[in-house]
Amino acid sequence: MEDTGIGLWGVPLAIFAGAIRVSTPFIFVSLGESITERSGRINLGLEGTLVFGAMAAYAIAVMSNSPWLGVLAAMATGAVFGLVHGWICKFPRVNDIAIGIAMMQFGLGLAFFLGKPFIQPVAPHLPSIPLGGWSDLPQIQSALNINVLFILGALLSMVFWWAFKNTRVGLILRVVGDSSDAARAMGLNPDTVRLLATAVGGSLAAVGGAYLTLFYPGSWNEGISSGQGLMAVALVIFARWNPIGCFLAALLFGGAGALGPALQSVGVTQGYYLFYAAPYVLTLAILVATSSPTRSLAGAPGALSITK
Amino acid sequence: MTIGVNTSTLSPLSTDARGPSPLLEWLARRAEPLAISLGAILAGLALFSLFILVVGKSPADLFRLMYTGGFGSWFSIQNSLSRAAPLLLTALCVALPARLGLVVIGGEGAVVLGGVAAAAIALPLTASVPPIVVVPLMAFAGMIAGGIWIGLAGVLRHYRGVNETIASLLLAYIAIALMNHLIEGPLRDPASLNKPSTAPLPAEYMLGNIPGMDVNWGLVIGIGACMIAWVLIEATSFGFAARIAGGNVRAAQIQGLPVGRLIVGFTALAGSFAGLAGMVEVAAVQGSANASLVAGYGYTGILVAFLARHNPLAIIPVAILLGGIDASGGLIQRRMGLPDATVLVLQGTLFVVILLCETLYGRFRIFNPDLWKMPTLKARTA
Repeated sequence: MEDTGIGLWGVPLAIFAGAIRVSTPFIFVSLGESITERSGRINLGLEGTLVFGAMAAYAIAVMSNSPWLGVLAAMATGAVFGLVHGWICKFPRVNDIAIGIAMMQFGLGLAFFLGKPFIQPVAPHLPSIPLGGWSDLPQIQSALNINVLFILGALLSMVFWWAFKNTRVGLILRVVGDSSDAARAMGLNPDTVRLLATAVGGSLAAVGGAYLTLFYPGSWNEGISSGQGLMAVALVIFARWNPIGCFLAALLFGGAGALGPALQSVGVTQGYYLFYAAPYVLTLAILVATSSPTRSLAGAPGALSITK
Repeated sequence: MTIGVNTSTLSPLSTDARGPSPLLEWLARRAEPLAISLGAILAGLALFSLFILVVGKSPADLFRLMYTGGFGSWFSIQNSLSRAAPLLLTALCVALPARLGLVVIGGEGAVVLGGVAAAAIALPLTASVPPIVVVPLMAFAGMIAGGIWIGLAGVLRHYRGVNETIASLLLAYIAIALMNHLIEGPLRDPASLNKPSTAPLPAEYMLGNIPGMDVNWGLVIGIGACMIAWVLIEATSFGFAARIAGGNVRAAQIQGLPVGRLIVGFTALAGSFAGLAGMVEVAAVQGSANASLVAGYGYTGILVAFLARHNPLAIIPVAILLGGIDASGGLIQRRMGLPDATVLVLQGTLFVVILLCETLYGRFRIFNPDLWKMPTLKARTA
């Protein structure tokens, strides 16, 4: 253990690095879901959107040799998936949760179908920014090698937080999310607002997918996602529909996920596989602690079906 | 402008002044879900054909192969039925809570734990206890494990107000981690090197096949479970109360129905069916509990339940149909050079279109005898 040079400090460092690495897709997918849910609708299909975005980003990056074009392509496909979800949900008697599950299966199937030729080729990766140059220790340098999308996600969460409170678009989104009737009285069409909010949410989720194939783990295969898109709905509730909360929740979730590997790296292997459950146990525990059967969650959009 | 006098505005179905026969009314009401579902399936197939045309293959060839691979021969029928068996049980895990208005999507977790529990209870008894005792015990253990897991989502829902969709999903991930912990640690057979598993079940504890078929007893168990669930929902006061609560929770509470007990009971029963699917998977297919339990049966079960509109009897044909589509995947891959994900695209397309068609219910006069005698909007404004 001494030959690492930093001894037990390796554990928090590994958790820190792991949190950033693991949390980035969660940041984007939960920010996307927070916009959709703020408009009063739930998109449970983000898993399909994310995996399709991951495939599209990788395919375009392979063909164009530009990872950023890949990210843009992913955003476009994500928006299309969001538009389809939003369009279907505007019909009466259509359940947004069920449609989400269906869109998830559809997205996964389509991504696996079209992604077959791209399992072999190698795509260029997204860049990362080395912030650890001040330290001589290679562990610190590698831990502070922060990917660009993480920084982008952090900035985006602050922009969204500000925009929800201070802009006209943010106000429209919140009105529609809290009461369809109030929105109609203001002359807004709730269906249109929700359609656009779902499209934006989908394109952000697809960026999360692009991170998976273009940065970490950095290749395309059918097991690329480990449920990041499905967890988005839980993370947004966890974060109380607050974009900065989404960022922190994703970071916490990522850190909890990095706990097992970090402890293993210093020789603690007892219950290694149980640590994989840590982020889910943590999320569930916080949901149980903060929910109540008699009132809806604080901060929940009023028109949201899942909190009623 | 006088309403309802002009006989030409009457529906052609109404036979005389006293209205149509009760039989016709009954048929019309029953025909609605069937007609809309069939229409939706046809629309979904049309959309999928378009997709196949776009990728440059012939939809006709594809459907022919799909039929051959799924139901064309005794061999492929048996293959389809084998694949349908776990779906029957995991679909019930979605359909039962759905009758109470709950969306449970974590059946996968109950399957996994059911399988592990079945193996864990049988292995220490090896060679000392006869199969007649152990096999039912395994089924019981699987049902208890799955029942606790999904029942927990019901408890959290009712007593803590935690959304059951999210809770069951989180619990599924926790269940998979728990299984990995057990099969990599305490329950691991040291002889399983590449694929961590529990020790193999002795042959006498295995379920075996239905006589005369190459299909294991899981199919019979699954069909039996669907029938029991149908009787429970349609013919018992427990099921009646659940349907009331599913329609309107407040009304059910005001009527004094035990909504909490209904929610916990239905989710636990639903989970125990999925747990039974895990037991069957271990005792009839895998022979030990291992990571192959995470095969997506729980997620395909969601699709089956929604396509069957949460009717336990309708689950039987839908599961067999999806089993057949699944079974034909290999043939399509070999003969047409299409990826194995083709069947996933078809399933996804059907799922989306069928849910979209939910919006059509109540829009056709022909299915609603109450509207037959009323003039159409067009006739009224004419």
